[in-house]
Amino acid sequence: MLRLAPLLIVALLVGPILAGLVMALLPAFGYLPALGGERLSLAPWRELFAQPGLARSVGVSFVSGLVTTTVSLVVVLLFLTGVSGSRLDRWIRRMVAPLLSLPHAAAAFGLAFLIAPSGLLARLLSPELTGWERPPDLLIVQDPWGFALMLGLVIKEIPFLLLMSLAALPQLDPGRRVILARSLGYRPTTAWLKVVAPTLYPLIRLPVYAVIAYATSVVDVAMILGPTLPPTLAVSVLTWFHDPDLSRRFMASAGAVLQLGVTAAALVAWWCLERLVSWLGRHWIDRGARSCAELPLRQAGKSLILIATLTACAGLAGLALSSSAGFWRFPDLLPQGFTTVHWLRALPSLSGPVTATWIIAVSATLVALALTLAALENEQRSGRRPAQGKLLSALTLLYLPLIVPQIAFLFGLVVVMESLGTRPRLGLVIFGHLLFVLPYVFLSLSEAYRRFDPRWMQLALTLGSSRQSAFWRVRLPMMLAPVLTAAAVGLAVSIGLYLPTLLLGAGRIATVTTEAVSLAAGGNRRVIGVWALVQASLPLIGFIIAVGIPRLLWANRRGLQGAP
Amino acid sequence: MNGQVHPSLELRDIVIRLDGKPLVALDGTVAPGETLTVMGPSGSGKSTLLAYLAGFLPPAFDACGRIVLGDRDITDLPAERRGIGLLFQDPLLFPHLSVAGNLRFGLPRHMPDKTTHVRRALADVGLSGYGERDPATLSGGQKARVALMRLLLSAPSAVLLDEPFSMLDTELRDEMRHLVFSHLRAAGLPSLLVTHDQKDTAATRGRVIELGG
Repeated sequence: MLRLAPLLIVALLVGPILAGLVMALLPAFGYLPALGGERLSLAPWRELFAQPGLARSVGVSFVSGLVTTTVSLVVVLLFLTGVSGSRLDRWIRRMVAPLLSLPHAAAAFGLAFLIAPSGLLARLLSPELTGWERPPDLLIVQDPWGFALMLGLVIKEIPFLLLMSLAALPQLDPGRRVILARSLGYRPTTAWLKVVAPTLYPLIRLPVYAVIAYATSVVDVAMILGPTLPPTLAVSVLTWFHDPDLSRRFMASAGAVLQLGVTAAALVAWWCLERLVSWLGRHWIDRGARSCAELPLRQAGKSLILIATLTACAGLAGLALSSSAGFWRFPDLLPQGFTTVHWLRALPSLSGPVTATWIIAVSATLVALALTLAALENEQRSGRRPAQGKLLSALTLLYLPLIVPQIAFLFGLVVVMESLGTRPRLGLVIFGHLLFVLPYVFLSLSEAYRRFDPRWMQLALTLGSSRQSAFWRVRLPMMLAPVLTAAAVGLAVSIGLYLPTLLLGAGRIATVTTEAVSLAAGGNRRVIGVWALVQASLPLIGFIIAVGIPRLLWANRRGLQGAP
Repeated sequence: MNGQVHPSLELRDIVIRLDGKPLVALDGTVAPGETLTVMGPSGSGKSTLLAYLAGFLPPAFDACGRIVLGDRDITDLPAERRGIGLLFQDPLLFPHLSVAGNLRFGLPRHMPDKTTHVRRALADVGLSGYGERDPATLSGGQKARVALMRLLLSAPSAVLLDEPFSMLDTELRDEMRHLVFSHLRAAGLPSLLVTHDQKDTAATRGRVIELGG
């Protein structure tokens, strides 16, 4: 049975994505018999290219993907060059998991509340520094260039890339490498950039590609922070897909394929950039410079990551304030009074979506966890480990749902399901969530699983335990903390998913995320504050359980305190 | 634990290869109660030999020859059915179990009156009353003693010792050498010791073989 797990995972990840892509491609060329498209044609593409503002939509999507990734990666690398184990470093590292668990939409709402003309930042500076007695007429959120969108994405992608880097770094033994380089006369930051960064990047390349794909095709964050006239390409595609005129589905398909092309183009552009940076980097290393702007680089890394972290925290504070604010005049920093009325009003409508969110998240996470444990256990027993740092490896398949734009294959998957006569059901949404939860659960757990000292299992076997028994009695209890953390990551990913719920549930299954995002257009900050805060707090419950259970269970086991 | 007659451990024409090149070649018998010491420089294949005998040879290696315990050919049996116990450098007490839980883990599944066996084993190594303790609170020597008793409670037919004293301080080392080898002799278990330390060899009072580099 265990041997089937890796195959099952591959089939589960590759099958729906391929089917989805094919079924997005056919309607894009006019073929969808269910809607009367009996022959191939270029009409959907002609209709697509006739859409006003298409070039701008494509441009913003493309640029936001590259800019978001560049800024996030640079900030993470600069921060890592200067990690010294100080209190600030430790705090930032501790904030990574909670920030990662924060749903994109909640972070986006938080940022919007912070930077909007009547947001916290403007209130903090007004009227003394700005002279504003009323909110200025500025288009800060949903600006036409997508700056707010990129900022929102950067805030969320920094913790992701930082976590991936922190997971990869122990393999490189960075401390000793830097010491060696310093003994050869290199200053610390330069040493890190010359002897650690070049070997770290191949290990985080796939997560970087996932960031590019996500940032070029994101829908929920773009609906909250992105431009509206025209919106980003992914948002436009979703609008066309939901058009009551079903013939627009052909154009929507063409749009989904175009989105795939935009993401592919961004990935190719990044790949070229990689070559260029690698070439320049080799020359820089060869030149043998022992130092380069040591202090400014280190300070920049720390400051930028601190700003990103504090922005996310301040955004959450803004959500909390809005959700419980009574009368709040501009430019007052705080409301004149607080009230529970917004919460009390929202409570009756919260219970349904919260329940659905938990059912979907827990189901998808449990299946993902079972498959991941089976695949990793099989890997341990067979003694075969997938190649790391190579693009063409089994690991690439894990990233497939993260690298192929959601809108492109989910759109086709809906067509597949409609062709098969499958009605939108909770099970279908859970399946859709599994496609995204599984990679994250696997990536979260795999390193800890592989690092687990093999002698524990050998010992259990030589003491007469069967492999099955050793797994349940030794490995699982000893790895409870990382297993629960991986589950918490899975829950957080599922809770934050917007598009799979919306498309596969055909809008009939409401989760806190779909409801929160749908409120974005309404602009009622009090209500948005309540929903976004609920959305932000749900994943935290998972992390609290993940941290709490091992602490409770192993309260009297010193050897397991501080286990990975 | 005591009084049981154990079979001898026969290693018949064992050759372990890495990339087609022979790394270890061994042929011989370890009698009940005897400890055969295997010495050799780093990279000579001592640990690989133990991994092979215990049933954990990494896929990168291939091996031929037979491992026979009495009249049982265990070469192709999985690790848990070989009846070979292991003592590592670290005591490796399961951190999620109590001291007694660790000892119970070693006991055969359907053995009656496990509590009595555990109590006796603890008394045997001077750790009466330590059953409910967290293993992390024990001293190095206490942990080593619990690990030894856990091994013996699992009723192995042969024992492999992978430098079991190398992480102990000098005084404890002498004490543990005496404890381990006297118990192994008393139990009549054939054992194979991998070590760098000549004092370990002397304590076994057995034969020594040297693996080439």
